[in-house]
Amino acid sequence: MIDWWQSLVAPFPPLLLTMAYMLVFILVLFACVAYATLAERRVLGFMQVRLGPNRVGPRGLGQPIADALKLMFKEMILPHDADRFLFRTAPLLSMAPAIAAWAVIPFSEHLNFADINAGLLYILAMTSLGVYGVIVAGWASNSKYALLGSLRSAAQIVAYEIAMGFALVGVLMASGSLNLGDIVMEQQGSIFNWYWLPLFPLFLTYLIAGIAETNRAPFDVVEGESEIVAGFHVEYSGMGFAMFFLAEYANIILISALTALLFLGGWLSPLEGIVPASVFHLPVIGALLGSGAHWFVAKTCFFIFCFLWFRATFPRYRYDQIMRLGWKVLLPVTLVWIVVEGVFLYLQLPPWFD
Amino acid sequence: MPELRNYTMNFGPQHPAAHGVLRLVLEMEGEVVQRADPHIGLLHRATEKLAESKPYNHSIGYMDRLDYVSMMCNEHVYVLAIEKLVGLEVPVRAQYIRVMFDEITRILNHLLWLGAHALDIGAMTVFLYAFREREDLMDCYEAVSGARMHATYYRPGGVHRDLPAQMPKYAESRWHDKKDVARLNRARTGSLLDFIEDFTQRFPGCVDEYETLLTENRIWKQRTVDIGIVSPERALQLGFTGPMLRGSGVEWDLRRKQPYEVYEHLDFQVPVGVNGDCYDRYLVRIEEMRQSNEIIRQCVDWLRAHPGPVMVDNHKISPPARTQMKMGMEELIHHFKLFTEGYCLPQGEVYCAIEHPKGEMGIYLVSDGANKPYRLKIRAPGFAHLAALDEMSRGHMLADVVAIIGTQDIVFGEIDR
Repeated sequence: MIDWWQSLVAPFPPLLLTMAYMLVFILVLFACVAYATLAERRVLGFMQVRLGPNRVGPRGLGQPIADALKLMFKEMILPHDADRFLFRTAPLLSMAPAIAAWAVIPFSEHLNFADINAGLLYILAMTSLGVYGVIVAGWASNSKYALLGSLRSAAQIVAYEIAMGFALVGVLMASGSLNLGDIVMEQQGSIFNWYWLPLFPLFLTYLIAGIAETNRAPFDVVEGESEIVAGFHVEYSGMGFAMFFLAEYANIILISALTALLFLGGWLSPLEGIVPASVFHLPVIGALLGSGAHWFVAKTCFFIFCFLWFRATFPRYRYDQIMRLGWKVLLPVTLVWIVVEGVFLYLQLPPWFD
Repeated sequence: MPELRNYTMNFGPQHPAAHGVLRLVLEMEGEVVQRADPHIGLLHRATEKLAESKPYNHSIGYMDRLDYVSMMCNEHVYVLAIEKLVGLEVPVRAQYIRVMFDEITRILNHLLWLGAHALDIGAMTVFLYAFREREDLMDCYEAVSGARMHATYYRPGGVHRDLPAQMPKYAESRWHDKKDVARLNRARTGSLLDFIEDFTQRFPGCVDEYETLLTENRIWKQRTVDIGIVSPERALQLGFTGPMLRGSGVEWDLRRKQPYEVYEHLDFQVPVGVNGDCYDRYLVRIEEMRQSNEIIRQCVDWLRAHPGPVMVDNHKISPPARTQMKMGMEELIHHFKLFTEGYCLPQGEVYCAIEHPKGEMGIYLVSDGANKPYRLKIRAPGFAHLAALDEMSRGHMLADVVAIIGTQDIVFGEIDR
């Protein structure tokens, strides 16, 4: 199959091919993001004993397309005295990093765009760039609600970026590599070799910080529906609003994918080390049960579901309480665990660190 | 260097947490509120003035629209004031029906409060759970009066009609298949009382469900404990009533202190708080829902065992039955007089108050002997509570203002009247 494909594309120059792959991937990503919104509404509907959108198309599957069309045809209103240039740039600033970060995500052992060695650093850089979109949007809108939202966002992202960074340092120490593919391969063995178990506190920290980074409930003070209306994007309409929305969901999927890669063994099969290895060589069942991109997608979907689940369950934190959680709880937890991990690594403690 | 100023923020009147049309001018230092200045009047409909130009019975419907989430309680205080001025003795069955519907209304109100309060603090699921139960109670309203919200069911001298012997049922449609309809109609096969009894059996479980989502939730506690503290002395000085006062630890409930209707025969507890913060008021209201449920259960039992009239037999106040009106001259004259000019109240004045879900709801009625009030003054509990918003929210953060508005259970229908 792969050979056939390669013979088919061989006549085209590699640069053109990469561009084409990227285009396809971005389109797929947009589709995923659009359907993530539908998934959110349906899952929340289920949890809240109501139906959710089910009118457009079969079972409501046309809803995201209808939403996208509506938003595209809406006027983008420029508020009075807004900074015209920044106001229009902000959605791009928030959208571009959310998509760019996907470049280094490996879907399986051989399926990725850029297999760069500083993958983890690249991800960190990209995810922290996203906040500029929020800050610029809040500033350019010339609205007090938006300004308050972007102030909150700036403080919150700084606090959680640090905790997140330290959690990643733990992964880096355990795997000895910044390359995402290598990090996954280091977790090979069985479900108990995946980093969620040896790095459990870091895993939780990373998940919580990830939710905070994407401004999702219960950390959604940046949008703070009932306090500052919609926060930084209160003045946006039409495509401007849609792009913030896309960026938010692209980030949710990204954080879920990263959690799956870093702590849950990415594309590795959870059955490894449990069922005998001979099973993986069976024709169809082997491909299904063995490691592959489908496991990665399944794990990512699980974390996306968790995001929605948290949103349905928890009340919203207050702004200063978020700060306290970030600085006084998560940061010390990661620091302590990095020290503990360092000691384990030094002693080459079995079963994980030998 | 520019002069440092506080940040003035307009909160509302179009704001998701403004509970209607609250306009709040907040003076803020960063996120901390220095002064909160609530503005009233955006929903002013001149109810008091309108009542002066209408026969007494015409204003009952206006009372529904005061606090539009506890409709029948508003009617209740109005008809009680008229009855007090006339000195009318209401049939006991009507009193039980009124008490039952007052408590149903209390649950309705508290459910909306709980949902809105939780939604303001960010827990969105409770809202929809609360509305699921509200739907059943709305059906009770509908069964008895034909209207889901603005019932106009209480009348001076009793209630409009007796409880119906059967509940309306769902029919199959595009949206409800056979299984759905069977589930929805499960409790609707019998009379209204059967339906209400079924509700009282289910409801404590539902309250448990809300509580699992909130009561022990750390975030919920962080957001409500020690927010908007009011000391008992200060609560009395500020004119607080109802759960706001009881949350501060003052045991004051008009159903106990000056029992009206049949409350003295009913067995219920009055929950009080300790610290006077948002969390205590939350607990007080949750417990009130459970107590109201108990009262409803007692009323259902009594009503089953005691059939009887639900309206006084005095045709100067209450219209005669339609068949009598067709047959008798006397009744026809009564009917004509009642539905053209209404009835006249003796000269005098009266103040009447009940324990409304939000606090003490009072009507001060002055009559000059005509068929309409000379002056009608409504004492709305929310008005006094809103006046304390500045004091309660000063020094708190913006997000706490939202929690405090929620805990006050503000409804602008009664505040602006």
